[in-house]
Amino acid sequence: MKSTLFSGAALAAVLVAFAGSAHADTTLKIESWRSDDQAVWDEKIIPAFEKSHPGIKVVFAPTAPTEYNAALNARLDGGTAGDLIVCRPFDGSLALFKKGQLTDITGLKGMENFGDVAKVAWTTDDGKQTFCVPMAAVIHGFMYNKEAFKEVGVEVPKTEAEFYAVLDKIKANGKYVPLDIGTADQWEAATMGYYNIAPVYYGGEKGRDELINGTAKMTDPKFVKGFEELAKWIPYLGNGYQAQSYSDSQNLFTLGRAAIYPTGSWEITGFKANSDFEVGAFPPPVAKAGDKCVISDHTDIGIGMNAASKNKDAAKAFLEWVASPEFASIYTNSLPGFFSLSSAPFKVEDPLAQEFISWRKTCESSIRVSAQILSRGEPNMDNQMWVESANVLNGTETPAEAAKKIQDGLASWYPLQK
Amino acid sequence: MTDIAPTGTPAKPDETARAPRRKMRLHIAVFLAPAVLIYTLFSIYPLIESLRLSLQSSVPGGEADYVGLANYAKLFFDPLWADQFLNALKNNVVMFCTIMVVQNPIGLVLAALLSLPKVRFTGTYRTLLFMPTLLSVVIIGFVWQLILSPLWGVTDGFLRAIGLAHAYKPWLGLEGSALFTLSMISVWQYVGVPMMLIYAALLSIPDELIDAARIDGLRGWAIFWKVKLPLILPTLGLVGILTYIGNFTVSFDLIYAVQGALAGPNFSTDVMGTFLFRTFFGQQTQLGDPHMGATVASVLFFIILAGVSVYLLAVQRRLQRYEM
Repeated sequence: MKSTLFSGAALAAVLVAFAGSAHADTTLKIESWRSDDQAVWDEKIIPAFEKSHPGIKVVFAPTAPTEYNAALNARLDGGTAGDLIVCRPFDGSLALFKKGQLTDITGLKGMENFGDVAKVAWTTDDGKQTFCVPMAAVIHGFMYNKEAFKEVGVEVPKTEAEFYAVLDKIKANGKYVPLDIGTADQWEAATMGYYNIAPVYYGGEKGRDELINGTAKMTDPKFVKGFEELAKWIPYLGNGYQAQSYSDSQNLFTLGRAAIYPTGSWEITGFKANSDFEVGAFPPPVAKAGDKCVISDHTDIGIGMNAASKNKDAAKAFLEWVASPEFASIYTNSLPGFFSLSSAPFKVEDPLAQEFISWRKTCESSIRVSAQILSRGEPNMDNQMWVESANVLNGTETPAEAAKKIQDGLASWYPLQK
Repeated sequence: MTDIAPTGTPAKPDETARAPRRKMRLHIAVFLAPAVLIYTLFSIYPLIESLRLSLQSSVPGGEADYVGLANYAKLFFDPLWADQFLNALKNNVVMFCTIMVVQNPIGLVLAALLSLPKVRFTGTYRTLLFMPTLLSVVIIGFVWQLILSPLWGVTDGFLRAIGLAHAYKPWLGLEGSALFTLSMISVWQYVGVPMMLIYAALLSIPDELIDAARIDGLRGWAIFWKVKLPLILPTLGLVGILTYIGNFTVSFDLIYAVQGALAGPNFSTDVMGTFLFRTFFGQQTQLGDPHMGATVASVLFFIILAGVSVYLLAVQRRLQRYEM
């Protein structure tokens, strides 16, 4: 009996000690889909924050990209989500805000560092409330194996004609897969395919606005043109590309077996670490020499606060830090390829990242066509883009059929397209 | 394993029949309680909640409204939903038929071979054949994706080596073959289940019956067809209904692991499970809709219920059971 009492007291003492230490440190948990960035967060970003904010601990707890939205929604509904939520752009996060699961941060200190374009992905339709701090945009384009280009004897293509001439030469050489993209996971066909090359043809933001206003249709030639170009890629794809997954494509390129990889700037870090040849990049080719290039410069990542968080003050301190120029510089340089949207000046050090961001000066920037408003209904336009772009690349549907299906889907619910 | 074969019918519980009725009722309640409570809490209650959810509709952030059968009408008659639903149902039926035709006969043959008295190393074979069933479906999916991969897989090289270089196709990526390939992967993984069930049934057949058949002049195949097969028919029925249920529930795991929630290419491998997942939880920028999701889940429940009812009421009663 005595010993029970004693151990009980000891246990109580231990518990009190634990409770004491828990009180001293607030722990913030970050929900994200960027599991690839775990090391950067753990080793660079979080230590920098914790150094200037003693008493707050931060844990970066990502979920796989394809599961993130479903898992996050379930956790928010169930009350088990982290304090800080990394925000998908546009409607996904807007819906969370409308459900009251994200906090309004319009007046947050540091938000003045972001322009309206940077904030549009996380602002209500009336432009009055902002609910996530913009973190980064990704820029689409093509990466290429510089050694392969030298070996085959080709230069970086600028126009459509040059692009296919380069592909023909690489194919004739036979050593490299000319164009490294598969359709097994479907999303690459849309994200690295259509969203990458099509803005040049439909005129970037202007074309996107016309689609939202209802003055243009997906079946208009300028929108179909993107699918037609995808269909032309077929002869240059690798053997069995229909079963080639995203990670297969990544490996094929980093192993030096492919020459050109349609992609986005988010690959820079991974490719630098995994390839032993020099990687270059070029923007999507224009129809004819002298045309203005348009790049997909997609506002992709923001961060907001879980409205049900128990550590609101600490979470707010973290968001204010994210809005600061210090974070812009740390983030962009530890994750080259994720370009901060901050208008505060910061320097990009990585040469490949510099190449990507340099296109912002020469080309017009545009966001993905299905991102704003158009993916709000059923059928979801982004999903349709995945499936239809993959069908076009698989050769099971013509570009016109694919465009018609998307237009029909849009017309079935979107008032301005009826 | 042969040493645990039952040798006779269990003794009839005559003693309990003579006990007072009231006492017996209490026993029943006490013994049923744990199972009934757990089953009610974790199975019946969620099921009823899910049915209730399917009769409601809501906008994000708003209160749920009772809409009657509107969600079901939408699922069956709105072309947008009906097309997806019919496609998923069709794929489920195709997958069920493929598995029934391929997996269960193979299971039967393997069990028949294992139960032959002269076969050596039966324990090893049994373990090896049953092993894939114990592995996580994610591992199975990943392994087969790699085996069949056009880039790193062994299939291409293997076919080349035996002179069939042109026979190789990226099967998992083609609309025409993706569902069949997944069905075969599922067969490879789960063939051990029917094999074990049928094997156990075959072992429980007393040797005297076989000996008697021999004395009556039956040989080899005839013994199997005329004596063993009728005796294991109830087990085959059970295997059939397990395949039916498994096809609607387990097929999701494999397809989600290999093809993702969009069940590509072009929804050619979309089954009720992946359709339900997409609808309920959402997909990339598509938001989840718990009410339509619950509707799909309820329809799935009724489909399984119908199949099991048909089996229990129409098939199982006609199966002759023999005392052994």
